[in-house]
Amino acid sequence: MPIIKFISRRLGLGVVTLFAVSLLIFLVTQAFPSDPAQAILGRETTPESLDALRQELGLYRPAVTQFSDWLIGILHGDFGKSFVTQMQISEYIAPRVGNSLFLMVVGAFLSVPLSVAIGAFSALRRDRKFDTISSTTSLILAAIPEFVMGTALILFFSTSIFHVLPAITLIDAGAAPWSDPSGVVLPILTLVLAVTPYVSRTMRASMVEILESDYVEMARLKGMSERVVLIRHALPNALGPVFQVIALNLAYLAGGTVIVERLFNYPGIGSALADSVRARDLPVIQFLALMIAGVYVLMNLVADVATVLATPRLRTSLK
Amino acid sequence: MTSGLSILNLRVNVSATGNDIVDEIDLKIQKGRVTGLVGESGSGKTTVGLAVLGHARRGVEIVQGEIYCDDTDVLNLDEGSKREIRGSLVSYVPQDPTSSLNPALRIGVQILEVLETHNFGGSDQARRVRVREMMAEVLLPSDDEYLERYPHQLSGGQQQRVVLAMAFACRPAVIVLDEPTTGLDVSTQEHVLKTIRNLSSQHGVAALYITHDLAVVSELADDVAVMYAGRIIEQGSAYDIFNNPSHPYTRHLVAAAPDIAGEQQIVGLAGRAPSPGKRPNGCAFSVRCESVTDDCLGQFPQSVSISQSHFARCINIRKSETSAKPESIKLVKKASSNTVLELRNISAGYGGQSVVEEISLILGRGQCLALVGESGSGKTTVARCIGGLHTEWSGEIFLNNEKLNRGSRQRRIEQRLGIQYIFQNPYGSLNPRRTVGDSIIRPLIISGSTGSTVKKELNEVLEKVSLPSAYSDKFPDQLSGGERQRVAIARALISRPDVLVCDEITSALDVLVQAAVVDLLATLQRDLGLAILFITHNLPLVRSIADEVAVMSDGKVVEFGDTATVIGHPVQEYTQRLISATPSIARSSK
Amino acid sequence: MIATSSDRPVGLVRKALKLRRTKIGLSILIGVGLMAIVGPFFAPHTQTEFIDMPNSLNIPGALFGTDYLGQDVWSRFLIGGRSILLLSLGATTLGLIAGISLGLLAALSKGKTDELIMRIFDVILSFPQILLALLLVSMFDASPWLTILSVGLSTTPRVGRVIRGAALSVVERDFVNAAIALGESRFRILFFEVLPNVTGPLLVEANLRFTYSIATIASLAFLGFAPDPSAANWGTMIQENSTVIVIQPWGAVLPVIAIAVLTIGTGLFGDGLARVSAGIDRGKESVEQ
Repeated sequence: MPIIKFISRRLGLGVVTLFAVSLLIFLVTQAFPSDPAQAILGRETTPESLDALRQELGLYRPAVTQFSDWLIGILHGDFGKSFVTQMQISEYIAPRVGNSLFLMVVGAFLSVPLSVAIGAFSALRRDRKFDTISSTTSLILAAIPEFVMGTALILFFSTSIFHVLPAITLIDAGAAPWSDPSGVVLPILTLVLAVTPYVSRTMRASMVEILESDYVEMARLKGMSERVVLIRHALPNALGPVFQVIALNLAYLAGGTVIVERLFNYPGIGSALADSVRARDLPVIQFLALMIAGVYVLMNLVADVATVLATPRLRTSLK
Repeated sequence: MTSGLSILNLRVNVSATGNDIVDEIDLKIQKGRVTGLVGESGSGKTTVGLAVLGHARRGVEIVQGEIYCDDTDVLNLDEGSKREIRGSLVSYVPQDPTSSLNPALRIGVQILEVLETHNFGGSDQARRVRVREMMAEVLLPSDDEYLERYPHQLSGGQQQRVVLAMAFACRPAVIVLDEPTTGLDVSTQEHVLKTIRNLSSQHGVAALYITHDLAVVSELADDVAVMYAGRIIEQGSAYDIFNNPSHPYTRHLVAAAPDIAGEQQIVGLAGRAPSPGKRPNGCAFSVRCESVTDDCLGQFPQSVSISQSHFARCINIRKSETSAKPESIKLVKKASSNTVLELRNISAGYGGQSVVEEISLILGRGQCLALVGESGSGKTTVARCIGGLHTEWSGEIFLNNEKLNRGSRQRRIEQRLGIQYIFQNPYGSLNPRRTVGDSIIRPLIISGSTGSTVKKELNEVLEKVSLPSAYSDKFPDQLSGGERQRVAIARALISRPDVLVCDEITSALDVLVQAAVVDLLATLQRDLGLAILFITHNLPLVRSIADEVAVMSDGKVVEFGDTATVIGHPVQEYTQRLISATPSIARSSK
Repeated sequence: MIATSSDRPVGLVRKALKLRRTKIGLSILIGVGLMAIVGPFFAPHTQTEFIDMPNSLNIPGALFGTDYLGQDVWSRFLIGGRSILLLSLGATTLGLIAGISLGLLAALSKGKTDELIMRIFDVILSFPQILLALLLVSMFDASPWLTILSVGLSTTPRVGRVIRGAALSVVERDFVNAAIALGESRFRILFFEVLPNVTGPLLVEANLRFTYSIATIASLAFLGFAPDPSAANWGTMIQENSTVIVIQPWGAVLPVIAIAVLTIGTGLFGDGLARVSAGIDRGKESVEQ
């Protein structure tokens, strides 16, 4: 099966990329700083505690060994221990992964269909009122950084203007996010507002191009109704390029939540990353960076495969 | 109203400006007959074709006129009824099948859906039978495996047949064919034309065949209408148009068309057709017409009857009749005692796949050698090896008895300047962000010339290619296609090369412009004693310029000899097929 | 920074400025930019001066009251834009220079070099911009140079891919072949033949990257990783004052408005450029048929 071969080849490339990613993380956090122990403990520290930390980090080993030990540990499910909490990283992270996943999945389920619909409809109503309004709105929304957007939402919904929603999420890392439904509304809304403009703009551009194509004109000249032309001839071809953007934005949801989680004090991996960077909790930083980059690589892979499957020209040329 | 197609006083405007794209279009086609609608690009032929289906592109609207397909008044139908007749009563065959077939749908599905849309045959079963029937009619396999293919798995010719099957599937009364063979090889074109001819006569369809290629029209059409600047300026039987062209523009078109059958020399015409909104008062052709008088400038001339079925819109028909005397551009053939360029056993390929096998050619000073072949024959690869653009080759190339290295970078400067390459597409070969003058003088700058020498040479070379010296400050997008190709020729000439390699340099140009460029090249060759390697797929063109012809097929030279012999008495079967497949204007028969 | 060998890029901006959105965008850019650059000279107080009780409003001489440390909100607002703007400009410039060079090189050389450059890009692209910046500040001490380097580094592959994509079709065109046949140097071909033909996408991308650099650098400050945490900075201000937003909104509201307006400005300007450039680069010809 050519498609299996393609997927495995693509998977192989993903593994190579991940390896390079882990190397980059290692270099930036552990190899380039002349002394990570010093960086972690700061200037005012004793030689004894520096020595103890170097021992713990294994900094006396050669760099190659440090890297391979870290990587092999991760492959065996041993992610290491947090300095700050002294917990196993897997224990510390596990509930937070669930929380972040919740944000990501709900955000995706709301924003993807919404943006595809808005984009397609704008293309159909090209240069008419709906298109002008939605294009301008998405242009403006796309430009605003999400922490600014989030703060604006808080101002609007959680202060004197309308006090309807809590400004921060009040759930523990262990509890399920849906135990405080009103607390997750604003974080999800911020994410949706961050993602929807991109996907809808891509969808619109793709759809506009397809609607101008010769084969859509041909379909009309074959006497087919506008509905059939759209559903059968335009949409399937317009969705191809959108997959890539959707995947990129889903991956962004995985990493970009740092800001949103921090802003709303939401106990996910994003806020864990921000905390550990502040505390210079090296093992946690390394692991989270690898995990978020891993989601990116995986999403790109899924998008590539989906594009190939949805495009006959690509699918049949697989060898 | 008779059956077939009639168009009465059609006018189509640009909605935004109200300028007409086409106006005063009157045309009748009876069942079973083919009318060729001929004109340069931008003359409005596609707009007329689409109007027959009641369709206007974005930003364009049909504002006046009547169109009848059989007895149906197309323009007075509502959108729903228009949809009903499209694909059933009147169908459309577009220019480019590759972009007109939906890449995501199987070809069987695409044919079937026309039938479904118009509920042809009453049952699914009948429609599936009809799909196979149509595939057979256009000479394609009709088995399930083939019907399940996607468009990209078919060749250009096969794709066009699928579109034809689609167009004829519902037995339409009228069919509009919009340059359906442009971009196809001659032998493929021959097959497609044959299919069109057979289907039209078998089904008794009134066919409107839109094209810029007069030769194709003469092969296929019963009647011809010539368009210029949005008007039909001459209309008559194919015989009348080719043997008694009456409008000055038509005469130019006929004179400019390269012809494989005759010794006819081709003649060009300067300028280009004015676009909508920029058309002059009075006769739109007056700017380019050599027999223009003051009377031409008042209003667009009315139709003048030449014979019962032959009309032209020109007030000077009688007067100008005699002035069409094609000027000879016959090449002076010089004895080539000294060889300029020699190829010995050149083989070339891409990534290990061989494209050219063991080719040897000799080009003498002042000689023009044509390298002819269909696309994929390897002719361009040969040219790229000579120019040092392609480096994956073996064998030897000598310029003035000096062996050349493979890539241009490995060659000495005088060797690089000694061979000048002119590219197929003048829209691509000039840097759009650089003035014309800057592009032309680059070879001189590289060889170290400066200041006033450069300026002088630039003016000289512009004069040689008949461009005003003010052009040196223009940007390529301010020039027409023909002018750009002149600039490319000027750039090639400025370093006083020994050899010009011309790679399909006229294939992107309209016929009139093509003729002018070939004319220029021939003059230059005569005056400067240049050696030219002229690469083309266009056999008729070869007749007008080359001393000798080498025919290539599958990477080999299959036939070689002087031009008259190769075209007049081809020995190889391949050459014979190539010649017989090329449409020819029947100037005296029919 | 960008080689311009003809008047075309200028033409692009001039043409874009006929659109209303471009005009609005440019006015905003100039307005906010001017305020951020000269604002500090008009600040009534220094950025760390204690002037009154924290979080109070209606203080004479302090237009928008005091922040959570009792510092003057208005002064900190006037001062807090400059570093964001300058760092973003620096990071964008760095990313553009590196991205253009690598992108052009990849497009022209094809084959192995191209493959290698693209794989390196892929690796960097696996990190969301903010993550790469966080990774760098996590182990090095925050400084303006580190911020420029980390944001510039994450900008490079994004610019590089766009430039490569645009240049690939240019490299295939015959005027590049004509230059190769003449034996022109690789450098000359890249920067004088190819680059001037990708100025459309380049301008659009440069503007887009500038918008994102502002967002990333402000976000870093918001997360508490500004080069100087005690200095006035719009991102830092939003973070510091968002907890007391109910009692003293101005400390967060002013910078929220400023950043939003600034990025909307660059967004509008870029969209105008993109619209015009799409028309130009597609070689749109006059209404055919």
